Amino acid sequence: MSDTVKDDVRVTAPAPAAPAPAGPGRPRRPAADAGAERGILSGFDWGRAGTRWGMRVAQGLVLVLLAVASLGPLLWLARASVSTTQDTLRTPMAFWPSGLDWANLSTAWNQAQISHYFTNTVWVALGSWCVQLLIATTGGYVLAVLRPRYAPVVTAAVLATLFIPGVVVLVPLFLTVLDLPVVNASLLNTYWAVWLPAGANAFNVLLVKRFMDGLPRDVYEAARMDGAGPFRMLWSVALPMSKPILGVVSIFAFLNAWKDFLWPQIVLPEPTLQPLSVRLPLIRDTVELDVFLAALLISMALPIVIFLVFQRLFLRGAGLGGAVKG
Amino acid sequence: MNATIRWVRGGGLSTLLLLLPLLLVFSYFAWFPIGRAVVMSFQETNLVTDPAWVGLDNFRRVLEDPLFWTSVRNTLYFTGLALLFGYPVPLLLAVVMSELRRGKGLYSALAYLPVVVPPVVAVLLWRFFYDASQTGVFNTIFGWIGLGPFAWIQDASTAMPSLVLQATWANAGATVLIYLAALTGVRGDLYDAAEVDGAGLWRKIWHVTLPQLRGVLLITLILQVIATFQVFTEPYLMTNGGPQNATVTVLLQIYNYAFRFGDFGAATALSVLLALFLAAMSAVYFRLTRSWSTT
Repeated sequence: MSDTVKDDVRVTAPAPAAPAPAGPGRPRRPAADAGAERGILSGFDWGRAGTRWGMRVAQGLVLVLLAVASLGPLLWLARASVSTTQDTLRTPMAFWPSGLDWANLSTAWNQAQISHYFTNTVWVALGSWCVQLLIATTGGYVLAVLRPRYAPVVTAAVLATLFIPGVVVLVPLFLTVLDLPVVNASLLNTYWAVWLPAGANAFNVLLVKRFMDGLPRDVYEAARMDGAGPFRMLWSVALPMSKPILGVVSIFAFLNAWKDFLWPQIVLPEPTLQPLSVRLPLIRDTVELDVFLAALLISMALPIVIFLVFQRLFLRGAGLGGAVKG
Repeated sequence: MNATIRWVRGGGLSTLLLLLPLLLVFSYFAWFPIGRAVVMSFQETNLVTDPAWVGLDNFRRVLEDPLFWTSVRNTLYFTGLALLFGYPVPLLLAVVMSELRRGKGLYSALAYLPVVVPPVVAVLLWRFFYDASQTGVFNTIFGWIGLGPFAWIQDASTAMPSLVLQATWANAGATVLIYLAALTGVRGDLYDAAEVDGAGLWRKIWHVTLPQLRGVLLITLILQVIATFQVFTEPYLMTNGGPQNATVTVLLQIYNYAFRFGDFGAATALSVLLALFLAAMSAVYFRLTRSWSTT
């Protein structure tokens, strides 16, 4: 029983986002699935030598273009971070004319204190992830499953924030963090100043809500019959069934926190607390070029490793993300 | 009283408890600041004394700033160039990639890779690539085919296109994947029908693929415009508005007002103006394209 439910979930997982922009695609979904076997070119087209070779050449060109454009700069950085400053400045496209310089990486990690800022960044990202997951799951669950009478109002208010460009709140948000109304505390120079505002992410809440909307209601009815309360139902029924969407939310929550620059720079003026993205522009002028490039490499290593490990989640989520947020 | 007890017994209280984190965080960090932005744009705010009402003074100061129109022009220029570079290329890539029979994962991963690089790392790396000397990275490459050296971000005329090139590199992958997802939803029987009518490859793309993607194309266009209007990291870290204010954008102005000059009133006034402009533009856009997108 539980296995069939899980499979259902997986099948419906991409559905909430896919039809939204496509519009007319929705009612004819079964037809779309049946016809999805083919692309623009028909089997007959593929049978024609001219078309087939034309397409292959185009695809080969695209592969080369993607490899050079996407990988090129990153590979260059990897190469430069183990080169001497002189080599990088004089012959940026040559391969180690004066030998490898592995010491850059350890100098960056230890002397330039990248290890310290790396740890800060991990904290910033983990905390943001926790807060975002907590808000998105509890909020999405109440709005989709428990559905109190005031739910439509809350949903609308959450949705509305999606249409307000982030800039508008930049300054008032900063003043709010400086002096929280009612409790009169300042969050400046604490990680809460990054974590809590990260939780006010309408996109996450709506993604989880939409996903839970799509889960079969009889499962909840059955759980309620068995005497499960709202908390128990969230923990033992809704969350396990929502794993696919929670994976997507988690990955983007962590990565976006890692990438964030402007907000941490504003609320964390204390250097010892700053994450990598805030610190890197500042150490640019204080360390030697080769060490700086090694620091850049270290800063992007973890996001890339996470991307390679969770590739499928990313590629599925990217389609989702774009449908609403771009 | 009885009603309260019934509400608690019926799970009303635990429901509210579960919703509390969302309500608190959104109140403090979304709903309240949005309202406060509107109020602050009519006030003079410093961190010492109580805010005072100043009417439209903030707006006047923002509009009379000689850098205002410069920043608007630069932002429009950035947006225009970003659309020129970043709108057709991902579509073209996605159409070619959708015809792949295998290796789609590899192509997608390669396309998306720059998106996961933290923007600060990407901008600082590209800033080095744009080194204007003969031995700069890009100048070395262009030197191989006898071009350059170019001044890139050090020249007022090439600074903005350089910024856009970097931004496109960093963001195009996400758009490719959106189009790719939309392309898999295009119904195969439409192509069958087009073939029966004798349509070749280009006419199938023009008469089937693009119309089927219309909804996605319309949405990504406006979202891309809204996002590029708020560009900050690239001009801030790459050129900090220079050379000769050629890359001062609206968001850079807002940042400078608030965090360099401490003029919170002007900063929020400009933010509100930008938001109103974006809202009006989106409304007009959806109005104009409504008939077109639903057919």
